[in-house]
Parts: sequence; C-alpha cells; structure tokens
Amino acid sequence: MKAAVIVFPGSNCDRDLKVALTQSMGREPTMVWHGDSELPDTDLIAIPGGFSYGDYLRSGAMAANSPIMREVVKKAQGGTPVLAICNGFQVATETGMLPGALLRNARQKFVCRDVDLLITAENERFVGGFEPGEVVRFPVAHHDGNFYADEDKLNELEAEGQIAFKYATVSGDLTDEANPNGSLNNIAGIYNKAGNVLGLMPHPERLISKELGGTDGKRFFDHLVNSIG
Amino acid sequence: MKARVYVSLKNGVLDPQGKAISHSLHGLGFDEVLDVRQGKTIDLDLADMDRESAEAEVEKMCQQLLANTVIENYSIELLD
Repeated sequence: MKAAVIVFPGSNCDRDLKVALTQSMGREPTMVWHGDSELPDTDLIAIPGGFSYGDYLRSGAMAANSPIMREVVKKAQGGTPVLAICNGFQVATETGMLPGALLRNARQKFVCRDVDLLITAENERFVGGFEPGEVVRFPVAHHDGNFYADEDKLNELEAEGQIAFKYATVSGDLTDEANPNGSLNNIAGIYNKAGNVLGLMPHPERLISKELGGTDGKRFFDHLVNSIG
Repeated sequence: MKARVYVSLKNGVLDPQGKAISHSLHGLGFDEVLDVRQGKTIDLDLADMDRESAEAEVEKMCQQLLANTVIENYSIELLD
C-alpha cells in the first residue's frame, strides 16, 4: 500500500503521521508539499494536524485553497480514502469535502489531553478494527475543535451514520464533562456521505506505542493499512 | 476603489469571544450591555473598476475565501 501525507507551511504533525504510517505499512509514505499540483499514485491521502498558514483568516481556510488541495478534492471525489486529522479536519471542512465547521473551543482555551471516544458508526475501512460501541483513547490538542453544523445537517449526519467518533466517558456515556470543546452532540469526527473521507480532531498518530502512553492509535493505523491492503 | 467586508458569525452560532467580551464589559460596570457579537473587517484596495463589477468581484471573494458561509455572514461596503 502507498500513502501520501500533505505538508503545508505550519503543519506540525506531518512527521508523527509519517512515523505512524511507516510503522503500520512497513514503508514510508510520500510527503507532498502544498505548492505541488500533482499527487503521486496513492491508496491513502493523509492531511496532518498543525497550524497551516498560521491559522490566518480561519483555521484551514488558506490551506483549503492551496494547489495540492484541488487534487486532493478530486481524488476524494473519485473514491480515494482521505484521513484528515485536527488541522486536516479543519482544511477538509473548508474545502467542502466534509460538512460543518470547527469553531473556537467553547471555553476559549487550547485543550491538550487524552480523550475517550465512542465509536459511533460502522465503517469497515477506518474503524473495522474496533468493536462497534467500543471506547478508544486518542489525544486532542487544539484551539478550534468545536464542531458546528446547522440543525438540519446535524440531524442528517446522525441519521446517515456519518458521525465517526463522539467524546465520551471511559464507559461510553456522552456527557458534557467528556466534551473538551463544546462540539454539538459531542462530535469528534465525521465521515463524508460516501464514507471514504474521515475527519477527526483527536490524534491517533500520537498514541502508537506503550512508551507514548497507549496503542489505540496503532490499532487504528494497523487496521486502516490492512483494510486498504 | 476601496471595499470593506464585514464578517460575523451567524445568529445561532456560539460566539465564545463575544461572550468573554460581554463578561469583561459587565466587570467594568457596563450593565446596559445585553449581548456582544464580534467579527472582523477586511479592507480591500482594488484596481479602478466600476462599482457594479467591484461589488460582483468582492462578492465572489467572500464566497470563495473571505467568509465561511456555513458559520459566517458577510456584508460588503464600497468606499470611494
């Protein structure tokens, strides 16, 4: 399997993503610069976390209009799997690949800690390695992670099974205390309608070994790589 | 030709910065403040063109980049 990691000026999780993908794939992904207008032949596109273009105007707004993102959107429409993490999720909503928007955290603070996440919808490719209803632990680190969509869109996301992860307690209860940023319906990650684009605020690439505090992220990447083949 | 774009969060979208400003104003004794919504202004210096084309161009800029219409409203003011 081949993977490509998009790199913007201000990306800072691109190398973590490279380590995580390399560990699971047994080969390195291709790092693709934002100014490039062509993607290599790839089975997975990963958009990393960070502060692309310094979060100017809105988080992800500038990156969404970079030359490489036009190609990423085209590939996504053609069915290529896209994994958009944190700032990548913000970029994906700004391009329209994913619905909704990520607002400033409700408590105005940057949040950096491990969170527990309920696997909310089935999607063999991305979360087939977990049991439905399982709670996994990934870290979050963001200032603009407060998921918003209008009421109709929110109802549609719930009804269509497009909500991938919800912030929960360790036993899977969707409480306000478990929600680190004020996201509507405790939403931490969503799929597009076709199910080939996943955007999530938490960072699975940051928990990929016992030495880092956990391996749920490794389970996530191992399965993703296996399912893509 | 100069244009000024005002971008603000839509009604119903939580504005935590506006809320924080409101709390601070109350702390300063401005009890008459009922609510605060904050936003941003973007000033554009444009090449010479007629008002109609300028308005159409800035409208496109707002749709494509300056505002995220999922969460934001915008208004355009042309200044001579």
